[in-house]
Amino acid sequence: MSTENITYSSAEAGTDSYAGSYETTEGKVYSVSGGDWDTISAAPDGEKERIVVNMGPQHPSTHGVLRLILEIEGETVTEARCGIGYLHTGIEKNMEFRSFTQGVTFVTRMDYLAPFFNETAYCLAVEKLLGITDQIPERANVIRVMMMELNRISSHLVALATGGMELGALTAMTFGFRERELILDIFEMITGLRMNSAYIRPGGVAQDIPEGGVDKIAETLPLLRKRLKDTANLLIDNNIWMGRTVEIGFLDLTGCMALGVTGPILRATGLPHDLRKSQPYCGYETYEFDVVTETTCDAYGRFLIRVREMHESMRIVEQCIERLRANAGTPVMVTDKKIAWPAQLSVGSDGQGNSLDHIKEIMSESMEALIHHFKLVTEGFRVPAGQAYASIESPRGELGCHLVSAGGTRPYRIHFRDPSFTNLQATAAMSEGGQIADVIAAVASIDPVMGGVDR
Amino acid sequence: MSDNLIPVVPSGVAPLDVIAVREGAFGVAGSGDTSGFGGLVEAIVLPPASQRPYGGDFDELADELDLSLSARGITGAIEKVVVDRGEITYFVERSKIVEFVTTLRDEPGLRFELCVGVSGVHYPLEAGRELHAVYHFLSITHNRRVRVEVAAPDADPRIPSIVGVYPTCDWHERETWDFFGIVFEGHPALTRIAMPDDWPGHPQRKDYPLGGIPVEYKGATTPPPDQRRSYN
Repeated sequence: MSTENITYSSAEAGTDSYAGSYETTEGKVYSVSGGDWDTISAAPDGEKERIVVNMGPQHPSTHGVLRLILEIEGETVTEARCGIGYLHTGIEKNMEFRSFTQGVTFVTRMDYLAPFFNETAYCLAVEKLLGITDQIPERANVIRVMMMELNRISSHLVALATGGMELGALTAMTFGFRERELILDIFEMITGLRMNSAYIRPGGVAQDIPEGGVDKIAETLPLLRKRLKDTANLLIDNNIWMGRTVEIGFLDLTGCMALGVTGPILRATGLPHDLRKSQPYCGYETYEFDVVTETTCDAYGRFLIRVREMHESMRIVEQCIERLRANAGTPVMVTDKKIAWPAQLSVGSDGQGNSLDHIKEIMSESMEALIHHFKLVTEGFRVPAGQAYASIESPRGELGCHLVSAGGTRPYRIHFRDPSFTNLQATAAMSEGGQIADVIAAVASIDPVMGGVDR
Repeated sequence: MSDNLIPVVPSGVAPLDVIAVREGAFGVAGSGDTSGFGGLVEAIVLPPASQRPYGGDFDELADELDLSLSARGITGAIEKVVVDRGEITYFVERSKIVEFVTTLRDEPGLRFELCVGVSGVHYPLEAGRELHAVYHFLSITHNRRVRVEVAAPDADPRIPSIVGVYPTCDWHERETWDFFGIVFEGHPALTRIAMPDDWPGHPQRKDYPLGGIPVEYKGATTPPPDQRRSYN
């Protein structure tokens, strides 16, 4: 539509500057909101009426700052389009100006409900370029897997919680967020932060699990298992919930393949595609778990998959705990001193995180250790020129990291293939022809996280 | 950059892609250099083109692809093949990209059902091939991946759209247009996706500044990230 043909004027009924109208090549366009509907109740004679509704980006049920542009006929949606970009923060560009280790603090903020997945995908790509994939210590891999699986549970809990809230099931929300708190407590104990931890680093993880940490996780699991059951019971076979989700947001296997949709949406079509099984990383091939599938292709099927996947994740976490007990005290970072951070942190009596032993060494014993520390922390390590693509199965599907290095201490170009971004394209296919209320159910079943979509 | 920096390759082998030139050893310019490293000049090249056999499962894939392409009468599509770090990259002539990816999708021996997406990389030093579009494909049937790279000159940044073959590339191509200014010809509605519609420039290009302001804290000033000392 060319802007030259638009002439703005205030609405006929008054001089409300928010409810103006203007002429376009396709007819007169009225902009109205709230009670202004009355002012244009007299539709122009002989002209076809099209109503385009903006839903979001500031709307409690659009799952974050997602803007839905819906063309409606009564309650039926005839066309649905997404407007995204409201949370674009230039993470990929920023990372080109930070060292490889600093990059972790950026990626953890992309898909903020699954920070450990972002960190792992990024670190796997860096490690692939460095050629140290096989040198990552066993314990670091077990910790990564455990953190990711706990994170998968917390992410799916938010999917149920916010999905439930958007459809009016507020108890599901309070339950979901309450259970998530148990997992965030574990994250806080291990990494110091509830989210955005920057815990997984190129070469391993930042810090070993604190003393008594493994026991604390083991103690939490039974409670979590019980409560997950409560939350699930609230919704499984619930007539109202099923009424809102069964046969809603339909997308079959062909649609998923064409639109590049992965994760629970793809598995709800019956295809057991899971990168943890088909292209294992971090030692996933050594864990026992099942890939959960449904064959309903609808929002209810995706919900069931998330519920059952949480139980599979619990199985993996239990196996991780056994292994962590067996290999306690082994390193959690590669032995290469040119990559590994020079010191483990330790919280002192002053509450600061510096390791006094390390400070003593660099300040009074070894000049070379000080230089090494300074160079590694300020300058970072170099990554040989080339490109690599690492992908993992995040709670939402395939999370890929395409990393190009020019041999320097910073990424030359980094791109994240975020599953939310790709899956959100299915909004139109899932919701056109349905009711407005079903758009909400469909988008909730996609479970997009706008931080990941916009990056 | 002097010409003798570029490593010599045997005739018949694709030339190396110089993507950066590193000078000095510490990233400091303008200060007195007492180390002698300040005079260091080094060309950074990407991994060179690979020759058969590629090793691993890649030969099987390459055989299948060669057969499929010749069966469909597609010639001259592949510029070079790079096998590096356990990944295979096909550099494809840009006018042939749609035929190429159609082959990837439709041939039973290839069957790359899933296009993981496309993104761009900007190499200002590669004269005539500054803008690269990088596609990743996954075959769930054969459980393998392939990367396809298409280069376009900055002066004519047009690459045919593959939305008709892989609809998932709709948003990915819009994103690449938004950030790199690569025009995907044939895309149904190539508009910006992350930046505002009236935004000037394409932010992920190397000639586009990061931006930022100096931050003052307790009397000391930290310059914005793109103006801090860089350790190249």
